[in-house]
Amino acid sequence: MLTCSLSVLAIVALIVYELVSGSRLSVAKFGFRFFLGSDWDPVSGQFGAFPFIYGTLVSSLVALLLAVPLAVGVAVFITEICPPALRNFTSFTVELLAAIPSVIYGLWAIFVLAPLLRQWVQPALADTLGWTGLFTGPPFGIGMLAAGIILAIMIIPIIASITREVLVAVPRHQREAVLALGATRWEMVRMGVLRNGRAGILGAVILGLGRAMGETMAVTMVIGNTPQIAKSLFAPAYTMASVIANEFTEATGNLYLSALVEIGLGLLLVTVVVNGLARLLIWSITRGTPSRV
Amino acid sequence: MLKIKRHVSLRRRAANILFTLGAGAAAILVLAPLFAILSYLILKGVGSINWEFLTNTPQPVGEPGGGMGNAIVGSALILGIASLIGVPLGIGAGIYVSEFGRGRYANIVRFTADVLNGVPSIVIGIAAYALVVLHEGHFSALAGGIALGIMMVPTVARTTEEMLLMVPHAVREAALGLGVPQWRSIISVALRTARSGIITGVMLAFARVAGETAPLLFTAFGNQYWNTNPGQPTAALPLQIFTYAISPFDEWHRQAWAGALVLIVLIVLAVAVVRLTARRGSFAQQS
Repeated sequence: MLTCSLSVLAIVALIVYELVSGSRLSVAKFGFRFFLGSDWDPVSGQFGAFPFIYGTLVSSLVALLLAVPLAVGVAVFITEICPPALRNFTSFTVELLAAIPSVIYGLWAIFVLAPLLRQWVQPALADTLGWTGLFTGPPFGIGMLAAGIILAIMIIPIIASITREVLVAVPRHQREAVLALGATRWEMVRMGVLRNGRAGILGAVILGLGRAMGETMAVTMVIGNTPQIAKSLFAPAYTMASVIANEFTEATGNLYLSALVEIGLGLLLVTVVVNGLARLLIWSITRGTPSRV
Repeated sequence: MLKIKRHVSLRRRAANILFTLGAGAAAILVLAPLFAILSYLILKGVGSINWEFLTNTPQPVGEPGGGMGNAIVGSALILGIASLIGVPLGIGAGIYVSEFGRGRYANIVRFTADVLNGVPSIVIGIAAYALVVLHEGHFSALAGGIALGIMMVPTVARTTEEMLLMVPHAVREAALGLGVPQWRSIISVALRTARSGIITGVMLAFARVAGETAPLLFTAFGNQYWNTNPGQPTAALPLQIFTYAISPFDEWHRQAWAGALVLIVLIVLAVAVVRLTARRGSFAQQS
């Protein structure tokens, strides 16, 4: 039993060790500039990861902007508003959303979401909000916006189910106290529930961020896979996870492979920090009981 | 319930109504994609599923009768290896943390398991590539199974722990009071009581890795032909769906939808089995 528990630590140590040793070549060659350079040219041996980091950050940010209000909304709906008869059905359906594999989200995004964006959403956005510069250029359908939307759909169940747990953990008397002061339901949720669950909800959001940054398949299928930094969300982009997925088996030469492993190492470090932070926040609320996701 | 009539200002009432509508709209917006995805899967997939699809190997574009039989078998092989690795390690770690783990070390294991749960699957794929593929010199089902097995460990470990902690102390004490040694009481009393909950955790972990694609890209790699040798590159259902989805051919797109439908049916079956066993168990009732 002790060996099994040690294996958990060993696995993580092994992953870190393999990535560090695999990326040694690229670290020695490019140093810290690797994460700041924006040239990605395998033919001439130039590797800079900045466009991928940018793509990962922006797509995750778009996803969070869309997902957080909806996820918190649905969690509040389930715990505070939903009639008890519907409660199980709603939370089961949200859980089911988490069980759909990434590749199926990607398939749906290519053939349903992207055409929808191209025909309706992107022209409308360009007409109304084109002046911001975020929604300009030819509407391809695929691109940063599509990636952000599919990521949002994928992280909503994670954020929603943890937020629900956090809200359930808010003691009943908090609600009753606020209601006794004459509050409406909205005021009760705002002052008695959300304010108490603040730290836990933040933890859930950060956990969703971690998931979004590491998500590979669905993003790879719709983001357009072009290493560029464009202001417009309509433009194709590339993420850290996608470049590994697309180029790892085709990487010729040790330096190329090593550069991809270094991107993986960067991704690992960022997600470990993000997840560690989120878990600490959630643990402080739910007292260490494991979460379901 | 006693209803007290009171004066509430228009602004507060409006905010309350807006809030209720907003939360309801959020619920509808969240559930809409699920129904959209499921209905598209059925609409586009059902037409292409037939006996040939389930039993044949992929054919070149234009030739009829291509299928995903080898990918289904390959997925089963990889998932079998993954379960052999992930389930014992996970359950063992869970038992240790819940039964023997007190204090700092157990907390470190818990925390590490949670962090491992959040490591991107593609990064685990790279680690499995470096560990197995580089040493063996070729892609293999074993490498894919190891990658997925690693991903199962944290989920299984945490659920096992959670379920064991729900076993009442009195039950354990009763066993110990009869003179049963601790290891025996854990195996025959605590584990047996928590069985259905632990099975739930295993199935959830299984369902989660069954659809994983990213770590298989450069471990199992894919294969056009039948393969049951764990040392050789192997096709997998999610890999095949991915390859077909990003191809430019309509025929392959149809097969991708059909493959996705098969995959989701298998996963939903697993989740449904989970729900049934969880409900049948005496406790381990979850919210």
